[in-house]
Amino acid sequence: MLDGITNILVVGIGGQGVMTAAEMLARAALNQGCDVKKTEVAGMAQRGGVVSSHVRFGPKVYSPQIDTGEADLLIGFEAAEALRWLPYLRPTGVAMVNTLRIAPPVVSVGLYDYPTDPIGELAAAGIEVHAFDAGAVAEELGNLKLVNTIMLGAISDYLPFPAEVLKDCIVEGFRAYKPKLADINARAFDVGRSAGHAQAVSRQTAM
Amino acid sequence: MNAVVQAKAESRHLLSGNEAVARAAWEAGVRVAAAYPGTPATEILENLALYRDIHSEWSVNEKVAVEVAIGASLAGSRALAAMKHVGMNVASDAFMTQSLAGVVGGLVIVVADDVGLSSSQNEQDSRYWGRFGHMPILEPADSQEAYEMVKRAFDLSEEYETPVIVRMTTRVCHVKAMVIVEGDRIEHRAAGFQKNPQRWVMTPANAKPRLPLMHERDRKFRELSETIDLNVVLPGGDRRIGFVTSGPAFMHVRETFPNAPVLKLGLSCPPPLEKIRAFASQVDTLLVVEETEPLLETEIRAAGLEARGKDILPRFGELAPTVLRPAIKPLLDEPYEAPKTRPQAGVFPRPPTMCASCPHLGPYFALSHIRNLNIIGDIGCYTLGAGHPWNALDTCTCMGASLSMAHGMDKGRGESDEKKHIVAVIGDSTFLHMGMQGLLNMIYNRGNVTVLLLDNRSVGMTGGQENPGTGQDLHGLPAPRVDFAKLVEALGVRPERIRMVDPYELPTMVKLVREETRMEEPSVIITNRPCSLTDRFERFQPYEVLDDKCTGCGNCIDLGCPAIFVSRRDTVTAKSGKAKELVFARIDANTCTGCHMCVETCAPEAIAQVQPQTRAIRIHAHA
Repeated sequence: MLDGITNILVVGIGGQGVMTAAEMLARAALNQGCDVKKTEVAGMAQRGGVVSSHVRFGPKVYSPQIDTGEADLLIGFEAAEALRWLPYLRPTGVAMVNTLRIAPPVVSVGLYDYPTDPIGELAAAGIEVHAFDAGAVAEELGNLKLVNTIMLGAISDYLPFPAEVLKDCIVEGFRAYKPKLADINARAFDVGRSAGHAQAVSRQTAM
Repeated sequence: MNAVVQAKAESRHLLSGNEAVARAAWEAGVRVAAAYPGTPATEILENLALYRDIHSEWSVNEKVAVEVAIGASLAGSRALAAMKHVGMNVASDAFMTQSLAGVVGGLVIVVADDVGLSSSQNEQDSRYWGRFGHMPILEPADSQEAYEMVKRAFDLSEEYETPVIVRMTTRVCHVKAMVIVEGDRIEHRAAGFQKNPQRWVMTPANAKPRLPLMHERDRKFRELSETIDLNVVLPGGDRRIGFVTSGPAFMHVRETFPNAPVLKLGLSCPPPLEKIRAFASQVDTLLVVEETEPLLETEIRAAGLEARGKDILPRFGELAPTVLRPAIKPLLDEPYEAPKTRPQAGVFPRPPTMCASCPHLGPYFALSHIRNLNIIGDIGCYTLGAGHPWNALDTCTCMGASLSMAHGMDKGRGESDEKKHIVAVIGDSTFLHMGMQGLLNMIYNRGNVTVLLLDNRSVGMTGGQENPGTGQDLHGLPAPRVDFAKLVEALGVRPERIRMVDPYELPTMVKLVREETRMEEPSVIITNRPCSLTDRFERFQPYEVLDDKCTGCGNCIDLGCPAIFVSRRDTVTAKSGKAKELVFARIDANTCTGCHMCVETCAPEAIAQVQPQTRAIRIHAHA
């Protein structure tokens, strides 16, 4: 059992699997014996809108919502979305970001600009940023749908419980409902886990 | 199988509030459950549908759902109706009278308020209905409480022979939290309907004697509210403020002020005024924290107690810690320090869009290319037609309003409307929910409106649920399918003015809307493609833009399909000497479903189907 409350904010775009990733984190925490709350504003999100999912766990969780400046971890499934939610991250927080860039129609028709370097802006804010192209990793593994598991693998060593707890939760889920995908997801988790580390090193050298 | 169904007795589960309601209702022995889909309540019935030992259904609207539940209750069955807050308005005619007559089998109405207005047309406080309709209200604060209170609601309903309201909010419905599932289903047999006209035939002569009984029931509930274990004081050492709160606001209060005493109301209507009086005497200041209207606060003040509340807290939106902290700290004479957040990065907005190959894209392409229209809208995905790039929807009020409001706008034309054509846009499910009457009324009263009945065979915005136009029921099983053309003809539309159209055939779509808006009588244009997010939709080979043929006209961009994006811009000088902006397009083959609508916007034939052998799986980094 953990002492304090851990706040994780998972962000992206409707349809990317943000809610599924948050659910996995919540289940893993529940398996650790924690009290857990997970919340998001859904509804119109599947029409290409912004999705943010809050996961809070610890001995006893009251409010399901993470306050601004209170998130310990920020998982961004898209680069600009990670930047959008930066104010929620603690100064000591960690951001794990997929470098994928998806411009909505309002950007593609020229009403707004997509930030030139969202990852650079995150790093400039002084937080610990890890960023990599999760899509490319998934493509190497042969299935774009693995992005979700890769991102969870990437964040797994920054959680207050062992990475294996999250991995088991994901793999067991697949074994129960989609057994054919269990092994490849286990691999995706491991590859993501290494990717999350590798980027920490490269950022330090870059700075 | 779903976790809710599989949950074993005495086990811990991560359940949403909606899943918890479904599980509790099943355990409580509910035999009939009915709802119309509506965010954030939709998943209650979707989860109840997984239990095959009860009758669960999508009713055509919330009034029907409540009436179905009432009928089952009078037969002696436990029954549940679920809806979003605005659905209560529709259902109110039924429960306002049934509250007077009472119930037999436990009757629970679960209503979900969209506090924070994330997916609705207004933010209203359903707790008024308890006061208005003389019905008790239980207010769960999370999934565990939703699970427990739904069971209690059935027991209270039978004991006091009244419908009971369980008031949820988005932040209970859609929050997943730990629930300890107690046990298995307890069957409640239905004795069958016992005829008793004085009780069930609400003529004035029969209804009048029920009035004192209803008020006596109210009195009993006021007594119960003082003693019931759902209304509980949580002690705290810091007595400068004592909080009276209910629903998820309780969680936010506890999170923000963990050392303050709290009187938490689970049975919040009627409120336990004496208990509140006693609590008030033990604290310096009584502060009522409720979402959203000051109902408890007004009742507490009317009882002669001093209380703070909406003088410092907002009357709308969620009372999350971010809201409570700055509002309440001054009351404690403590400086409020804003969290040291970084300045909000200026990131573009990402408004919801229609989907790739959405069958609404064609009609909106047509509407956005025809001038002189007043376009009266309705509730559904097609409300997005008000946005970019179509800007082709002028109103949206409530379910079914498009047809009647359009008729009124036709009859009440102002000077600037004289040459305007009036168009109503409504979806299949909304038409069946509450739109049919508006059409009947328009025909009967010799109106002249062109109706676009966008039949995508789904309740699209809530996630593609079934309706009587789908051909399937809540369980996905085959069901009779309404024939819209016959239906509107039966309501009085002349057969010549009923036009069936494939919304993907853009030239036909534009031509039909043009033709029918010029007619001097009502007409109905019915589209026939299913929602592209449902199983009923068929995908085809995707398309791509041939760069060497694209002339940069930008016509395909006007469609508003999210699979099409701008790849590059250029400015050239036209023969006339004027500067002309060119917009070159590209299609994301992973998003495109091959509906071919955009092909029809492309004069230079620059859009072609991707050849299967050359199609590579790729991620588009198109920013």
